[in-house]
Amino acid sequence: MAQNAFSTRGITKVYGEGRSAVHALRGVDLDIPEGEIVVLLGPSGSGKSTLLNIIGGLDRATAGDAFFQDQNLSEMTDRQLTLYRRDHVGFVFQFYNLMPSLTARENVELVTEIARDPMEPDAALAMVGLRERVDHFPAQLSGGEQQRVAIARAVAKNPTVLFCDEPTGALDSTTGRAVLNVLKDVNEKLGATVLIVTHAASQAAMADRVIHFADGGIREVVVNDTKLTPEGIEW
Amino acid sequence: MVSPLDHKILRDLWRMKGQALAIGMVIAVGVGMLVMMTGLVTSLNETRAAYYERYRLAEVFAPVTRAPDRMVTRLAAIDGVSAVEPRVVGAALIDVADFDLPVQAQAVSLPDLRNPRLNDVFLTDGRMIDSDHTDEILLLEAFAQAHDLRPGDRIDATMNGARRSFQVVGLAQAPEFLYTTAPGELIPDDARFGVIWMSRSALAAAYDMEGAFNEALLSLSRGANEAAVMDAVDRILDPYGGTGAYPLADQASNQLVSEEISGLEAAAAGVPPIFLAVAAFLLYIVINRMVQSEREEIGLMKAFGYTNTEVGAHYFKLVLAIAIGGALAGCLLGIAGGRALIQVYVAYFKFPFLVFQLDPASFVTGVSVSILSASAGGLLVLRSVFALTPASAMRAPAPADYSRTGAIGHTLNRFLDQPSRMVLRRITRQPARMAGAMIGIACGMALSVSMITIYAGFDRTIDLTFNVIDRSDIAVSFTHAASEETIFNLRRMEGVTYVEPVRHVPVVLRNGLATHRGVVAGLSPDTRLSRALGSDLVDIPLQNGGIVLSTALAVKLNIRPGDVLTAEVREGRQPVLQIPVTAIAESLLGSPAYMDLATLNRALREPNRVSGAYLSIDEAYATEIYAALQDMPTVAGVSLKSQAEVAFQTLMNTGAGAIRYVMGAIAFVITFGIVNNAARIAYAERSRDLASLRVIGFTRGEAAFVLLGELAIVTLVALPVGSVLGYYLSFGIAAGFSSELYQIPAVFDPASYGFAAMVVLGAAVASGWLVKRDVDRAELVSALKTRE
Repeated sequence: MAQNAFSTRGITKVYGEGRSAVHALRGVDLDIPEGEIVVLLGPSGSGKSTLLNIIGGLDRATAGDAFFQDQNLSEMTDRQLTLYRRDHVGFVFQFYNLMPSLTARENVELVTEIARDPMEPDAALAMVGLRERVDHFPAQLSGGEQQRVAIARAVAKNPTVLFCDEPTGALDSTTGRAVLNVLKDVNEKLGATVLIVTHAASQAAMADRVIHFADGGIREVVVNDTKLTPEGIEW
Repeated sequence: MVSPLDHKILRDLWRMKGQALAIGMVIAVGVGMLVMMTGLVTSLNETRAAYYERYRLAEVFAPVTRAPDRMVTRLAAIDGVSAVEPRVVGAALIDVADFDLPVQAQAVSLPDLRNPRLNDVFLTDGRMIDSDHTDEILLLEAFAQAHDLRPGDRIDATMNGARRSFQVVGLAQAPEFLYTTAPGELIPDDARFGVIWMSRSALAAAYDMEGAFNEALLSLSRGANEAAVMDAVDRILDPYGGTGAYPLADQASNQLVSEEISGLEAAAAGVPPIFLAVAAFLLYIVINRMVQSEREEIGLMKAFGYTNTEVGAHYFKLVLAIAIGGALAGCLLGIAGGRALIQVYVAYFKFPFLVFQLDPASFVTGVSVSILSASAGGLLVLRSVFALTPASAMRAPAPADYSRTGAIGHTLNRFLDQPSRMVLRRITRQPARMAGAMIGIACGMALSVSMITIYAGFDRTIDLTFNVIDRSDIAVSFTHAASEETIFNLRRMEGVTYVEPVRHVPVVLRNGLATHRGVVAGLSPDTRLSRALGSDLVDIPLQNGGIVLSTALAVKLNIRPGDVLTAEVREGRQPVLQIPVTAIAESLLGSPAYMDLATLNRALREPNRVSGAYLSIDEAYATEIYAALQDMPTVAGVSLKSQAEVAFQTLMNTGAGAIRYVMGAIAFVITFGIVNNAARIAYAERSRDLASLRVIGFTRGEAAFVLLGELAIVTLVALPVGSVLGYYLSFGIAAGFSSELYQIPAVFDPASYGFAAMVVLGAAVASGWLVKRDVDRAELVSALKTRE
């Protein structure tokens, strides 16, 4: 059996204090094996993004432990978390978060300049089908293209894990499928564990494992025996 | 019912309370300064007027050599004269324990058996003099305090060559002696000039003035023609050696008080606009930023059917709330500040009481000007509110287009990493915006430069006056125009290394309607100690028969070299001379006029006469020289340059000149405010980019570089631009600080520029550090979630 990319034990996240306290996560225990595509499903406020942020090293748990391989993220300093993100983690966000002042290639180079073992920026852009548009600025790219640049930027460092928070949330079906195809490729070609947070239940069909969130906890974990390609997904 | 939009305003204000408070404070300081300074000026003017009225200060002063008492009736009969008070005044020397040299003083008579009709005194301690006891005197309170003298003490004084002992029975103040300046000196100094009041009979005996007076004081009835009265007075007193009546406006003490008050007035007019302009600039930036981030809300409101005007009014109300809040706080601040500061000034001007009065107009001006200036900032923003259509407002803005900056990127690609390219492209893509930030910081730099060079300007005034123009150690004045033999006697004293004669002649200088009451100094051709210097600091030759005027005097008389000046001499035969102006001399203290000594004496038909001398001495013999001077009967007064210099510094540090320290502090605060705001705005605009960088794996320092690099470049460009602006601004500020008494030059002082640059860089580093702290604390998640 594959080693776990992540495991969490009793992860709790509380925002605010006293009567206004909001429990975003209530003692979550979870194991995510390496190399899988995992989809986190659930309504708004169910805690899926919060968990993603904690295991992505963007946020800290109020209580509990989160392990990346065998390192406890909860015990890391800020600097260690930065290095963890730099060396292992790729992020893709709903609103792309590209640097408007840098071209597509330069946005990717932003990462390859500081990564330990990056791929060629052009190769990363080729992977997402943007070989022809490497010298364009974000303002000259469509939404789907911008998201693909963001993915290229995330994968160019050869990440161990790729976190995607609503990666297709702002995209139409054609573009959205193209983006999901890229994520699938990254998983297959680079062996990266891919975690996708989404509202779209249909995207669960392309995952190895589907984690259903509700009220700050895990309601159900479903392991898919067969996976669909993005083209087969209803939109 | 409060509308939902008004609720939104309150919540918005609460959300942006930090910035709103900061801008409100800038407005408050501006308005507060206006209210405080105008209140101060109004109160000082009112207090002065009340003081003058209550103690019946004369409106016309008429000095005369010796006029018989019966002339008083004739003076009183002049049309427009409401009261006349004859009195005797004389020069005296007081021996004080803590000074090597006797202190010059003026002895003034008070009527024997009644209160004076004019120029009354205000008794602060002890009792009034009893005219039966000829040794009883009142002493000017400020002088007594400077030498720790009290009623009951005895002092020795020399009057008219005779040394006598007096009993101090009381201390007094008088409106005509708010400032006291020794004859021949320009700088008031409580310690070095005293006033003695004694009974008319006693003083007349001391100065051989029985049955006569040597100064007439006059007050005028309402609507009287002052010039006509003075002409009539001159005609009556002329046969008795009248040296020309002059109005209260020309009276020395009143002139200095007026100078000081108008200095404050200039500050009241000049400083608040700077604050209000800064506030308008900040409001524009902040509200603009807010409108950008509330595009969705604006679109939504418009989609619901709100008109442009209604939406605009919503944001405008926010501007008004901050402006009015700031202005009202400013009014309160101004009242409190005014009340506190007026006490300081009342003590400084030695007013015995205070008429505190606020100027209601200043409240109206303050509030309306702050609303107007804030609106100017707000209106620019409203344009962009109007321009937004509901649909475009509700779409996320496209990423800023950097494609046109590609060329720079290509050229520099090889040398720069990605963060540096981000910095560079942002600057080149939005040159107007960067120029705005740069000009803001440059203005801060300019303000600092001009304020700091003013300090150097004050130093320069002191240096030029006391080390370059006047190189003597001691100035001696004689009781009367003496023969040149007196100079030989001085030269023979042991320890005196150089002696230079001088003749000071009181004159009224006229050019057309412009007049100046002052003194012409006759200097010897080879003068070394007291000199007339050109703007290049080279000696101006005097022996070509003309008169050399100081810059301030030439400006006042509106006269140029080559023009002919009328000089009415107020001494001796009182000739009226027509003298060509030959050159303009550099002088930063007073308004001196110079002539060749021999030429001047010839014009007066009094050859080989001197009225004083400049001495250069060997410090080792100082005590002996002071003693010898004290024993010379012709010596009326001795002033040490070192003491005069200290007095000058004190004057510049306590009066209107002291405002420069307040303004300096303000310049620093404003500079810091502008730089900090520029940094903060840059951060607000880039927080999402910075969070993205952090998420990708950039360390805090690396992410902050993108932001601080931009700030650093903008600041570095602002320094030279600000230096140039500051150079020109310093002329305006120097002119504002200059008065008729002293001029402050706008000097180019490299050290000041260096210091100002350090201030701006310090502000940038501090702002950078504060912003960096925010970058460090920023929650990555929330920054990423915000849709720009």
